[in-house]
Amino acid sequence: MYLLKRIVFLLPLLLVISFLAFVLVRLAPGGPFDKERKPAAPEIERNIRARYHLDEPLWKQYLRYLGLGWETGPDGQRKLFQGGLVRGDFGPSLRYRDHSVNDVLGQGLPVSLTLGFLAFLVAQGIGLPLGFLCAIRQGRWQDHLGSFIAVLAICVPGFVMVPLLIMAFAIHWRWFPPALWESPSHAVLPALALGFYFSGRIARLMREGMLGVLKSEFIVTARAKGLSETAVLLRHALPLGILPVVSYSGPLLADLLTGSFVVENVFQIPGIGVFLVNSSLSRDYPMVVGLVLLYAALLLVLNLLVDLSYGWLDPRVRHE
Amino acid sequence: MAGWTPECAMNEASPAGAPPAPVAVSLTPNQRAWLRFRHHTPAMLSLAFLAILLLVVLFGPFFLPHHPDALSETQCAPPSAQHWCGTDLHGRDLLARMIHGARVSLMVGAVGAGVSLVIGVLWGAIAGYVGGRTDELMMRAVDILYSLPSIVFVIVLITTLEQLVTAVLGHAGIGLSARLLFLFVGLGAVSWLNMARIVRGQVLSLRRRPFVEASLALGASHTRILARHILPNVAGVVMVYLTLTVPSVILYESFLSYLGLGIQPPMASWGSLIAEGARQLNPIRVYWWLLVFPCGMLVATLLALNFLGDGLRNALDPRAGE
Repeated sequence: MYLLKRIVFLLPLLLVISFLAFVLVRLAPGGPFDKERKPAAPEIERNIRARYHLDEPLWKQYLRYLGLGWETGPDGQRKLFQGGLVRGDFGPSLRYRDHSVNDVLGQGLPVSLTLGFLAFLVAQGIGLPLGFLCAIRQGRWQDHLGSFIAVLAICVPGFVMVPLLIMAFAIHWRWFPPALWESPSHAVLPALALGFYFSGRIARLMREGMLGVLKSEFIVTARAKGLSETAVLLRHALPLGILPVVSYSGPLLADLLTGSFVVENVFQIPGIGVFLVNSSLSRDYPMVVGLVLLYAALLLVLNLLVDLSYGWLDPRVRHE
Repeated sequence: MAGWTPECAMNEASPAGAPPAPVAVSLTPNQRAWLRFRHHTPAMLSLAFLAILLLVVLFGPFFLPHHPDALSETQCAPPSAQHWCGTDLHGRDLLARMIHGARVSLMVGAVGAGVSLVIGVLWGAIAGYVGGRTDELMMRAVDILYSLPSIVFVIVLITTLEQLVTAVLGHAGIGLSARLLFLFVGLGAVSWLNMARIVRGQVLSLRRRPFVEASLALGASHTRILARHILPNVAGVVMVYLTLTVPSVILYESFLSYLGLGIQPPMASWGSLIAEGARQLNPIRVYWWLLVFPCGMLVATLLALNFLGDGLRNALDPRAGE
């Protein structure tokens, strides 16, 4: 029942987000055809705008984007809008004229998903053990060192990490290729650059979560029963201590899977992260709305999964 | 501030005839917080570092031999006695540019965090205090804004503001300082969401506390309750998150400048300097100083701000950390 209610709520939320994004990008000054090779004659521009229905009132454009409704043709006949979101069509790209948004997503999304998932593994792979170690050695040198590394990671964003990694491992030592997306070795530096920053956050969340749990009474009970320290930590403390990391993982994964501008740009990886920034700049309206929707849908679904996993990890949480 | 608890209120309210509380060892909550902060070594070191950085940024340019925009014949020279951090592609002194860039980056951090503070605290406090449908509506708005990628929002906001001001001022053309202002406002406008959530949570729990209800029962107005009881109690947490917002705003500005959306040349910020260094990356010649020094300065500052935040949290909100 709870699940059903949440899923039913997803759709109106996505609708609101799509409408906001739709209006927002059109509010920005300038249009998608400002940067043509030479300034087009007014009638040419008018024709292009008419071709993409940009001359229609906003509500009609939005309905057309959704694919709900009909229009009256020149012959006076009513016909339904073709395509549209309800039919899984994100519309044409205004910047890359020969491609639809679906084309661009279809080409770039697999790359961004792969890279994002690898980066997620890097972030968890460094962050979880680091935070765990800090928590079980609280106040000792391991904790201080680990916490320092975690803060350091938060202070090294992608655009700092990327050029430094390239300089060291691709140019100076030549261990990994400096760009492109071909073999597994091409993925090492981008995934590292993208994931390292987030590993710091995960380590901090993990540490605080574990510290909170380790103080609770059922841990004392478990120890009093004579359980081994490993069993206490892994079987009793870990499922609860990891909860903050789990709730952070939803937004994180949504963020990583939709690509990163800096990493894809510098490493020349053909993902979709570059398109979000570029299409906002060039006012490629359908592309922006499509990408925003993709991100929002991922975020909402992942957050739902996170909330569901709470009930599984923490027996005290039961959804009514 | 954060140490102000209902117990203190009861002490204040105790009848005049009661025996006075022991005075000798009692410290005010603020004094106790300062004591805790002083014992947090990384935070104290960070405070010292930031103070020195601020002095250098404010007064350094008067003592530097090179102007940040002065071109010279020595292009891409490695660090030397004359140019401590080397020179860039146009022969400009990197150290001078970094210090000038620090002005922009630090100012962006301060102003952007300030803007996010005002919006976030007001939004969160109103939602939490009024409660009910208003709360529900305001928080759903935050949720929706949260699921829009902020970069789209920033780009739209900055360009719209720019156009608005150009329209108002006529064809005068907007100066660099006006552009900077948009950057500040835009960055503040996208970083208040977390602040609003945190403040709302705090206010929500404070509103139900006995001392607030007592005050209400005694006939205090809502303004008085907000000003005297709620906001002072939230101040500690807000302070902590403010110090954590500053680095994230600095980071965001660097990112935007890296994209070429923020600071316009010839001005510099740390982000645009790093972007410049990254553009000079090639397999034939490595100009490492163009990358290492700006990156180092950015990372060191962010580290200091984060440690400062940790120290403050430790001092002002002792229950949260340990």
